[in-house]
Amino acid sequence: MNRFFGWGARLGAVFNENKGGPWGSGGGSGSGGDGGGPRNPWGQPPRKRRPAGTSGNVTSLDDFLKKSRERFGGGRFPTGDGKPYWLYGLGIFLILWLLFTSIHRIGPEERGVITRFGNYAGTMGPGIGLTFPAPIDSVQKVDVEEIRTIDIGSTDASSENLILTGDQNIIDLAYSVRWNIKEPQLYLFQIANPEETIREVAESAMRAVVAGVSLDDAIGSGRSDIEQRVAQVMQQLLDDYRAGIDVQGVAIKQSDPPAAVNDAFKEVSAAQQQAQSYLNDARSYALQLTAKAQGEAAAFDKVYEEYRLAPEVTQRRMYYETMEKVLSRVDKTIIEAPGVTPYLPLPEIQRRTQQGTSQ
Amino acid sequence: MIQRLGRNPIALAFIAIALLIVVGSTFAIVPETKQAVVVRFGEPQRIINRFKPEQEFGQTGAGLAARIPFVEQIVWIDKRILSVEMDQQQVLSTDQLRLQVDAFARYRIVDPLRMYIAAGTEQRVSDALRPILGSALRNELGKRPFAALLSPERGQMMDNIQQALNRVARQYGAEIVDVRIKRADLPDGTPLESAYERMRTARQQEARSILAQGLKQAQIIRAEADAEAASTYAEAFGKDPEFYDFYRAMQSYETTFVNNGSGEAMGRSSIILSPSNEYLQEFTGGE
Repeated sequence: MNRFFGWGARLGAVFNENKGGPWGSGGGSGSGGDGGGPRNPWGQPPRKRRPAGTSGNVTSLDDFLKKSRERFGGGRFPTGDGKPYWLYGLGIFLILWLLFTSIHRIGPEERGVITRFGNYAGTMGPGIGLTFPAPIDSVQKVDVEEIRTIDIGSTDASSENLILTGDQNIIDLAYSVRWNIKEPQLYLFQIANPEETIREVAESAMRAVVAGVSLDDAIGSGRSDIEQRVAQVMQQLLDDYRAGIDVQGVAIKQSDPPAAVNDAFKEVSAAQQQAQSYLNDARSYALQLTAKAQGEAAAFDKVYEEYRLAPEVTQRRMYYETMEKVLSRVDKTIIEAPGVTPYLPLPEIQRRTQQGTSQ
Repeated sequence: MIQRLGRNPIALAFIAIALLIVVGSTFAIVPETKQAVVVRFGEPQRIINRFKPEQEFGQTGAGLAARIPFVEQIVWIDKRILSVEMDQQQVLSTDQLRLQVDAFARYRIVDPLRMYIAAGTEQRVSDALRPILGSALRNELGKRPFAALLSPERGQMMDNIQQALNRVARQYGAEIVDVRIKRADLPDGTPLESAYERMRTARQQEARSILAQGLKQAQIIRAEADAEAASTYAEAFGKDPEFYDFYRAMQSYETTFVNNGSGEAMGRSSIILSPSNEYLQEFTGGE
């Protein structure tokens, strides 16, 4: 008992404020009393010591401990009713610890990956899950529903993400990849940097696919086909890595010729418009002509039907009607001398008519 | 003794701390993502949680591992798939075209012991693999024409590079999972410009051919319409050519002398008739 307490006191000395500075006399608590001396580097007078506690050589920590011991029941750990407060504290702490580290609430979009001493021990579904407490089991929550997006290239005019097509042309492509986590344990344990991996795989897959199509397909009709094939290639690669990732889809946001050659591409669409307008003109001409022909033919048919009923009369009627119309509007001169070709002062006639009308 | 100990919390705390230190340095938690090489005074003793292909998580060696405290140390080595990325490089194809290539390789450390001896850290493995990836790529691409890069042959090429890289990787206890070209671009400057020029001229050619095609189509449409109109006329008028002649003459007189249907001003007409004209037959008393 004594031996033990002696050790305790020596230990206690470590916690004591070292009377007389760091290089002061080490034997403060052991021998008691003297404390500072001439060896003190700063020559602090020993008077500066704190006032001693209950007994001359007991330090403040000793003092405190002793007092607490007394408060907790005379230095004994009592059994039964009078348990010391810190035991209660420890108990409560342990209970809270158990509660917080062994009960896990997993949200509906999450999965909890349990590792027991680091070893994968299963995946918890949504709801409340129980595990062993903290140092044994640990749970990592992973959101498996969230669709994450990675953008590659941008639709800004300032930056270009140039890709070679199969016919050795160049396009400026911007696209995004949507993915989510399929198997959380694979996602956590299999690949060092999943996001970066997906980005690289996407870029590589996109370039491989675009390298197999022509420029016209890449900027036009082939887009959705490219999207599908890239998603397929990516899924294949990620499955090969066992990355636990599901590629939901690839969306091409922009697929244009590079800015440097854009004018030439605009020329093509201008030519297409121009050609279209040529065709439209021709078609409208054709429509007009056909309609006119049909109309005239129909009119002739009607008159002809009439004519057939009474050819002689109809012909004469038409002749006179037309002549009437024609001759009533024009100047007429009738020359009565047969066999003579007279000199006709035509300008004279005109002048006369003009005078006639003016009068 | 326990009771004695109980009376001195400081002693208790010290013993507890000492115990914790001993326990902590005896047991180690090996996570699924790491392989552990246990080293005794620098000499590797054993490997915990070594990578085995086709092994499910949960069946691996991960978990609690014991070692002799203070004597054995654990060196952690990543078990996951790691990536080494090559800096962009210019590659010359057999047809003397320059290409800017950017590739990456994925590898995994399958022999932690070799890796520990040969490299020490994952970073050094990456550093060792990077230049070899570059040179393997240059060699392989230099054997092929530019077009091969853009063809399905590319797969074969990648396999060759992977093999070459794997030979080196094995010395570091690593295994190449995959080598892929990330980007293969024409370098800035003349090659890019000439590619652009080619694209431009190709487009101009296309534009011209579209215009010419449009003109051609338009002409065909017009001619077809003309032909159709002619056939419509022929069908109708062919029934009685004589009457048509008369009918059309009447129309023509009206148009010529009275109005031409367009509403435009027309020249004044003067007509000189002989009394023997058919129209004036009755006028002269039906001679």
